[in-house]
Amino acid sequence: MLRSPLHSRHEELGARLLPFAGWEMPIQYDGIVAEHRAVRNELGVFDISHMGEFLVSGKDVTEWLNGILTNDVRELEDGQGQYTLMLNEAGGVIDDLILYREAKERYFLVVNASKIEQDEAWLKRKLRDGIVFENQSAEWGGLAVQGPKSTEIWNQLEPEIPLPNRNGIFRSGAGAILCRTGYTGEDGFELFDTNARIGEWFDQLLAAGAKPCGLGARDTLRLEKCYPLNESDLDEEHTPLEAGLGFFVKLAKAEPFVGQDVLLGQKANGVSSKLAAIKMTGKSPPPRHGYEVRDESGENQLGELTSGSLSPSLGIGIGMAYLAPESAKPGTPLTIAIRDRVFPAEVVKKPFL
Amino acid sequence: MDVPDHLRYADSHEWIDPDSPETATVGISDHAQAELTDVVYMELPEVGRTVTKGEAFAVVESVKAANDIYAPASGEIVEVNEALAEAPEPVNEDPYGAGWLVKIKISDPSELESLHDAGSYREHVS
Repeated sequence: MLRSPLHSRHEELGARLLPFAGWEMPIQYDGIVAEHRAVRNELGVFDISHMGEFLVSGKDVTEWLNGILTNDVRELEDGQGQYTLMLNEAGGVIDDLILYREAKERYFLVVNASKIEQDEAWLKRKLRDGIVFENQSAEWGGLAVQGPKSTEIWNQLEPEIPLPNRNGIFRSGAGAILCRTGYTGEDGFELFDTNARIGEWFDQLLAAGAKPCGLGARDTLRLEKCYPLNESDLDEEHTPLEAGLGFFVKLAKAEPFVGQDVLLGQKANGVSSKLAAIKMTGKSPPPRHGYEVRDESGENQLGELTSGSLSPSLGIGIGMAYLAPESAKPGTPLTIAIRDRVFPAEVVKKPFL
Repeated sequence: MDVPDHLRYADSHEWIDPDSPETATVGISDHAQAELTDVVYMELPEVGRTVTKGEAFAVVESVKAANDIYAPASGEIVEVNEALAEAPEPVNEDPYGAGWLVKIKISDPSELESLHDAGSYREHVS
C-alpha cells in the first residue's frame, strides 16, 4: 500500500488510517463531526497527496482535450480551470476532474486517486502526434485547505503569493501549485508541492490554526453540497445528464466529444433515471451507501443509495440515489430501508446546505 | 483508558455490573466508545426481550459505521435507556454512567465467570 509523504505526521496526530485507492490515508483524527465543523466554521486541511496530476501539452492540445472531455475547454483563458468529465463511448463517466489551462498548449489535470491508472490508459490510447502526456502523480504531494478563514490564513502565511481567482491556477516562483477549488463548498484552495515541501506546508498551516481533517469529514462535507463521488454517485453506467451535471456538458461546442451521441439522445428523449437528493424526514439511523430506497409505503423498491451519511451540519440523514424521473421530483415522499425497518424520507432540491 | 474495577467485560467490549443480578446494568467500555468516536444513533431493544449471551441485541452507529452490541449475559431486558434515542452523547461522554444501555435480569449468573475482570480486560485492550 502507498504511503503519503505526510504519513508520519498523521501517526503523530493520532489519525485513524485506512486503505483508500491503494493508499493508507487518514479517515479521521479528532472525530468526523468536529473536523466537519472546523471546515464549515473556520479552517481545515486535508491530505490529498493520493490524487492524480497530469500535464498535457502540444500544439493542438485544446482541440484534443475538447474531443475527450464534456465541458468546453475553449472557455478557459490562461490561469483558469473548470470542472469536467471524461466519458466512455456509451456516455458513462470514467472520471470527473478539474482541468486547468496554464497556456494555450499546456494543461494541468487533477484526477481522482482511484482512477489514475484508468485515466492514463484512456488518454494514452487517444494520443496523437504532437500531444505529450505526462503522469506527474508521483511527483506531487497535495493539501486541500478549506474553510471561511482559508484566504485570511494564506495571506498571513504567504502575503507575497496571491491566491488565484475562483477555479484558477497559479504556480509560485518556488514551484508550488495553487488551485482555487475544493470539494467542501467552502472557500479554499488545493496546494500541490514536492513530497519534501508538502510536509512543511502542512506544519505551517496547523501552526496557523488549521485543523487536520480526514477523508471521513471530506465525505460528509461534499455530500451536504451534493458534490458527486466517483464510483459511488458517478460510474460508467450513468451519464452526466442522469447525474444532474448538464451544466458541465457542452453539447454545442465545436468538437464532438466521446460519449456525445448518447447524451444528445438523452437530451432529445429525456433520461430514464436521475440522481436525486434525499433527506430523512425524522430521526433515523444514518442512511448509507447501498441502503434500499423505497416508496412511501415502504413496500416497493425504487433504487438504492449511492451515497449516504448523517449530515453533521443539519443533524439529519442525507443521501443520493438514481430514481425514475417521476420519483425524483423534490417533495416526493420516500422511505429508506435500514436493517428490518423503513424510515420516512423525501426528495429535496440540491444542495442540502 | 477507564476500566472500573467492579465491572465485568466481554471480549467485544460490553461491560456488565454483576452486583444486582435482577437488574444488571450493561453498557460499552471506554475503549469501545473511543474506537467508535462520535455516536450519532443508538438502536436499543424493547423491554421484555430475552437475549442469549453473545447475541447481538443493539446497534450503535457512528458517522462511518454501524456496530452490533452483544449481550454479555443471557436474560430478559427489564429496562432500556430511552434517553439515548434522542441524545446518544452520554455513550461517549459517560460510558459507565449516563451512557448505560440496558438492564438485564440475568438468567444464569455462572455466565459472568467467563467474562474478563478489570485486570484481564485491561490486558485485552492494551
